[in-house]
Amino acid sequence: MSAAKPIRPMQLFGFSWFAVTLVVLILGFRSAIFIVPADAQQGDVGRSFFYHVPHSMWSLLFPYINFAASLAFLYWRHRNPLKALTADALAVASAEVTVVYATICLATGSVWGKAAWGIWWTWDPRITSMLLLWLLYVAYLITRKLSSAGQTSTLGAVLSIFAAVDVPIVYMSIRWWRTQHPAPVFGGGADSGVDPSMMPAFIWNVIGWGMWGIFILCYRFALERRRQIAEQDAALRALESSLELTQ
Amino acid sequence: MNYLRHVLDHLRKDLRLEWRSRDAINGMLFFALLVVVVFSLAFDPTAAESRRIAGGILWVAILFATITSLNQSWAREQRNSVLDAQRMSPSPASALFLGKVLANMLFVLLVEAILAPLFIVFYNLNALGNGWLLALVMPLGTWALVCNGTFFAALGLRTRNRELMLPLVLLPISLPALLAMIQAATGILTAELDSIQIAQWIRLLVGYDLIFTVVCVLLFQVVLGAE
Repeated sequence: MSAAKPIRPMQLFGFSWFAVTLVVLILGFRSAIFIVPADAQQGDVGRSFFYHVPHSMWSLLFPYINFAASLAFLYWRHRNPLKALTADALAVASAEVTVVYATICLATGSVWGKAAWGIWWTWDPRITSMLLLWLLYVAYLITRKLSSAGQTSTLGAVLSIFAAVDVPIVYMSIRWWRTQHPAPVFGGGADSGVDPSMMPAFIWNVIGWGMWGIFILCYRFALERRRQIAEQDAALRALESSLELTQ
Repeated sequence: MNYLRHVLDHLRKDLRLEWRSRDAINGMLFFALLVVVVFSLAFDPTAAESRRIAGGILWVAILFATITSLNQSWAREQRNSVLDAQRMSPSPASALFLGKVLANMLFVLLVEAILAPLFIVFYNLNALGNGWLLALVMPLGTWALVCNGTFFAALGLRTRNRELMLPLVLLPISLPALLAMIQAATGILTAELDSIQIAQWIRLLVGYDLIFTVVCVLLFQVVLGAE
């Protein structure tokens, strides 16, 4: 996706992707809210499942993109700076989408927890791991924000590798921690399977939110590429004007 | 070995600098002491309670104290552009890093050695489990904090708000290590965890130390030369 000169076919593809995403999301909404019967135990509260689970699934996928893009950035940093910039744009876009999706996952989970368990929050292993994932990627974005210009991408890439190494350790350690002290409030998890009548709503929403995530990821990526190119142009112009002055 | 000699040179330089100023150790020691006193006043614990919370308080005190001094340890290198000279020197960058980590490790261990008796007195502690296991847990946990902390302090060197950067990055990354050390220390003090569980936490700490030491050593060159 070259954002240097927005090509028509690419734009067309973007618009049609967006349109299809909207259609899938509307289908998913209709299916989750109006068609699927209310959950046998939870009633209408259970419908948040169709939003919570897709978001949490996708928020576990985007960090991999961030990690791969950061590795690619470090590899290309000296070998091919232009490709490295592209990888960096992908890294920042995927980190931001990760934070957005993890936030939605935590928020919808918290609302559901209040309705189903009577509490907003509990230190259950999965919730804690998700919170730490969120914290790590917020730390990543803050580092990028605070680092001085020119080093942002390198420092970000290094931190992304630390985060990627840390996530499995976090997950493991928290499981050990909580298996020793089982959390007091526990309704059976969602793994116990869902009724087949709920599957269409679930699948529509997984696909829809996945497409939406990829859409905002690409949109953010294109935006970041434009920013980078504008920055390069400005630097080039400054360089050229300084050359003219000296002549 | 040539590499080892470089590491030892850096270590010797840092130790000499600290010996002449004693900034880091004095600062850390007093800061950790203040944290311990403040917690003691805030909670006013009985002997049984203090055993349960002592592991957490001790590590939180050490963590905060470490954070305050780690920024200084690189700021020292920035005066007179010493860091730029280091960047140009032919010795491997990771030798500089390892020397600095070893020096910081010694400082923090010294602080812990002074703090531990005071801590026992203030909180009326006596370990119900195997007290000698703490001699294993403390250095392992300290290494986890100091190794990552030194790395992130270097990462934050040229950022705006340097002092703020270090805790923002170090805390989320070292949370699993913190969890392991607090669990292990509390388990030893209260004898509530059996030895298999304590061994599991110690293994986690060893694994964490190994993995992150390797990652830090591999990536330090990138951070030092970040342009």
